[in-house]
Amino acid sequence: MAKTLSLQGKIALVTGSTRGIGWASARALAEAGATVVLNGTHGADLLEQRVKTLEAEFGVECASFLGSVSEYATVKKCYAEIFSRFKRLDILVNNAGILADALLGMITVEMIDSVLKTNLAGSIYHLQEASRLMGRNKSGSIINISSIIGRVGNEGQAVYGAAKAGVIGLTLSAAKELAPKNIRVNAIAPGFIETDMVKALPKAKYNERLSSIKMGRVGQPEEIADAVLFFASDLSNYVTGQVLGVDGGMLI
Amino acid sequence: MNEPNKLSNAFMAALGVQDPTEIEKAEYGVTAGWDSLAHMQLISEIESAFDVMLDTDEVISMSSYQRAKEILKAHGKDA
Repeated sequence: MAKTLSLQGKIALVTGSTRGIGWASARALAEAGATVVLNGTHGADLLEQRVKTLEAEFGVECASFLGSVSEYATVKKCYAEIFSRFKRLDILVNNAGILADALLGMITVEMIDSVLKTNLAGSIYHLQEASRLMGRNKSGSIINISSIIGRVGNEGQAVYGAAKAGVIGLTLSAAKELAPKNIRVNAIAPGFIETDMVKALPKAKYNERLSSIKMGRVGQPEEIADAVLFFASDLSNYVTGQVLGVDGGMLI
Repeated sequence: MNEPNKLSNAFMAALGVQDPTEIEKAEYGVTAGWDSLAHMQLISEIESAFDVMLDTDEVISMSSYQRAKEILKAHGKDA
C-alpha cells in the first residue's frame, strides 16, 4: 500500500497531552508507531506515567517535557531538548489550551492575558520553533486545535473565541508560508467534546449545547484524535491550510 | 570541508551569490537576494551545516556574514 496511517519513524510533539484531546491524540499517534513527546503542566510524575503507559501499550519510545506553552523561554527549551535527543520533528499537535468564560463586562485584564497567552501565543511559539526543525527535512505536519467557538462565537466566550479564531488565522498564514517547504499546517475545530473543560459546564449550559448538535450526542476526544491522525499521516499529503470541523453537525 | 567553507557555502546556497569574495561583505537587506525568505533559507542551511539550533534572537540579529560567524562562535563552532 503506497499510503497508510503508519507513523513509524516519525517524531511527534503534542502539547497539553496528559488528558482530554491531547492525551487521545498522543495515544493515536503512538498507536500508529510515532515516537511521541508528551507535554503538560500538571507535574513530572503524571507525564512520566503517561510516557510509560504509551510505551507499554504500543511498544514505541516516548519522552516528556514539563512546561507551559505560554512561556517562550520554556518552549525554546523544549525544542532544544527535542533537537538534542531526536534531531528532528515531523508532527506538532498544538493542543494546549485553557477555558475561561466571562460576559464582556466581566472580562479582566488577567483573563485576557492568560487566555491569549496560552491559547494563541503558545501556538505561535510552538509553530515558529517546530517549523524551523521541520524545515531541515523539508517535511512536516502541524495540526492546530482551534474550536467551533473560533468560527461562530458564543456569548461569554469573547476572549476564548478570539484566541481560537486567532489560531485559524495563524493556520492559514503559516500554511501559505510553509507550503514551499512541504510543511503542512491545518486546524481542527472541535465541537462539543467530552473533556474535563466541558464537564465543568453548568447542567443547563451543557444541555443547551447538546441540543444544538445534529448528531444528538457529545463527541469523544478519540474522535478528534482520528482527525489528528489523518492530518499527521501521508493520507493528507496534499492538504494544507484547512480547518476541519469535527462537531457532529453543529455547523450545518 | 573546513568550517569557513561550510559557512560560505551556506550563504551561497541561500542567497544565490556565486562569488565567494562577495559573501564576506554580505548584509541583510543590502546584498541583492538577501530578503526575509532568503534569510530563513540561510538559517536552515547554517543550522544543517553546523548541526546547531539557533535562537529566534540570533535568527533576527544575523544581519551579516561577520555576525553569523560571531553567533556560531557562541555555539562553539569556529566558522
